[in-house]
Amino acid sequence: MMTRTQKGTDRTRLAGGAAIRLDGVHKSFGDLHAVRGIDLQVEQGEIVAFLGPNGAGKTTTIDMILGLGRPDEGTVQTLGMAPRDAVSRGLVAAVMQTGGLLRDVSVAETVELTASLFVHTRDVQECLERAGIWGIRDQRVGKCSGGEQQRLRFAMALVSDPALLVLDEPTTGMDVTGRRDFWAAIRSDARRGRTVLFATHYLEEADQYADRIVLVRHGEVVADGTGAQIKARASGRTIRATLDRPDRAALLAIEGVEALDIRGESVTIGAHNSDAVARALLNTMGARDLEITAQGLEEAFMTLTSDANEGARA
Amino acid sequence: MSTTTPGSAAGTISLDRSTPAYGGFNRTLLRIELMRILRNKRTMFFTVVLPVIFFFVFRANSFNSGSGNASAWLMVSLALYGAFVANASTSAGVAVERAQGWSRQLRLTPLRGPAYILTKVLVSSAVAVIPLVVVYGLGLAFGSRAPAGDLVLAFVVSWLGSMLMALFGLAVGFLLPSENTMQVMGMAMTLLAFGGGVFIPQPVFSHAFDLFARWTPMYGVTAMAHAGLAGWSGAWMWVLNIVGWAAVLGGSAVWLFRRDTGRV
Repeated sequence: MMTRTQKGTDRTRLAGGAAIRLDGVHKSFGDLHAVRGIDLQVEQGEIVAFLGPNGAGKTTTIDMILGLGRPDEGTVQTLGMAPRDAVSRGLVAAVMQTGGLLRDVSVAETVELTASLFVHTRDVQECLERAGIWGIRDQRVGKCSGGEQQRLRFAMALVSDPALLVLDEPTTGMDVTGRRDFWAAIRSDARRGRTVLFATHYLEEADQYADRIVLVRHGEVVADGTGAQIKARASGRTIRATLDRPDRAALLAIEGVEALDIRGESVTIGAHNSDAVARALLNTMGARDLEITAQGLEEAFMTLTSDANEGARA
Repeated sequence: MSTTTPGSAAGTISLDRSTPAYGGFNRTLLRIELMRILRNKRTMFFTVVLPVIFFFVFRANSFNSGSGNASAWLMVSLALYGAFVANASTSAGVAVERAQGWSRQLRLTPLRGPAYILTKVLVSSAVAVIPLVVVYGLGLAFGSRAPAGDLVLAFVVSWLGSMLMALFGLAVGFLLPSENTMQVMGMAMTLLAFGGGVFIPQPVFSHAFDLFARWTPMYGVTAMAHAGLAGWSGAWMWVLNIVGWAAVLGGSAVWLFRRDTGRV
């Protein structure tokens, strides 16, 4: 076994290179250029949120990481090997948002069948218990609720004890308790060295559960960092004030002004250091009726990902 | 079979993994797949009832049928047809699995195309035993007479040979949307059965039709199933027909399974 434990962190780093490595990946479907040159490296044990609006290329990228699609250009590797090889060894598993279940078999049979295909597996009962569906193990899949089916997909993903777990909108249909249990299970496995990449379009979920957020828009990575860093990048404040004769050049000369809009006597300024800008406006420009508003999380996300000109596609 | 690594829950996740033997083919998969079919009342109904109805409708009395009587000939034909249909309709069920996203899910496991195809063929051929047993039982009870050796040969050839239609069902099931699969299969089975000489015996074929029919996928198996009664003349052609179609249909099924990773 080629494993070693890093001292000083609670994460385990396994041999075998980066959990995910994408180099210059492009993928098109006809005229749609879904992925436009994504470079991404995810280290083992990281919990990474893949955040973006519908149509950002998240799903296409995930398909390539899972070996379900091939890039037109560039390379994709998981745990130092071709995605299909990693899947064949049970090193990579995924929880998809929809489908992937046979309606006419029971919950337990589904996991048992899945387990039978892998060499290295965990106990079926343990997986059912961890996913919280041991109690409904004899129920037909077709009779399960959306949340129960999602837990079943999770149990199926756990059974091969994957080193990389890819989740596509994982908590869709789950109630609050289900969501909490789910993320608790994910967290405890990350400490064993499991890497988790989850796609979501909720900044809240990404911010709450991921070590790192990779923000994609129109098939490109537009931001990559911790939740705090992402928010900081997008979370400028807006200052509005009234000036008698606003002087564009003088206003732009104020340190910290990042955006400026003048409508008659009304001035709107975008800035990170809003206090300094406000002080300058009040002290040297004779500004009146000054107000400062902060952007929320969702607005920050919108700032980074929105683009009114192009239609969204899943 | 599952192997649990004891005590690894707290330990690190192992990267030292191997791929399964035989492309993931295993008994658990086979058992669960078989149970799924046996639980499907509709499939079981048609598999059993259809050949019974056909047997009583088509009970013939006289034509030259070689070493057995006409009833024996018909028994072999109808049992074979039942086996063809059982194989094809069972395996074409993959169309429904595709619609549920299951084949895509299987692409996230080590299961290889040939192992999956083999599982489906074995399950289908297990189901095909039912019409064979039912029709041979009825035939013998209602006056079909032929040398025992010829009947055993016909039974075994029909059972093994009808697996060809399991491959056909898989190829169609992987190719067409599930709502169309069953109509196409019903139509195809009837036409292929005529071409193969299942309903109208091959010796009755015109020369021109026979030249065409020998290229159709039921021809070789049907001829060989009747060989005990009607003789082995032309056997090399039957073998060629069977081997050729097995390669074409099996190859198509594996290729279509591999291709089938689309989202639902």
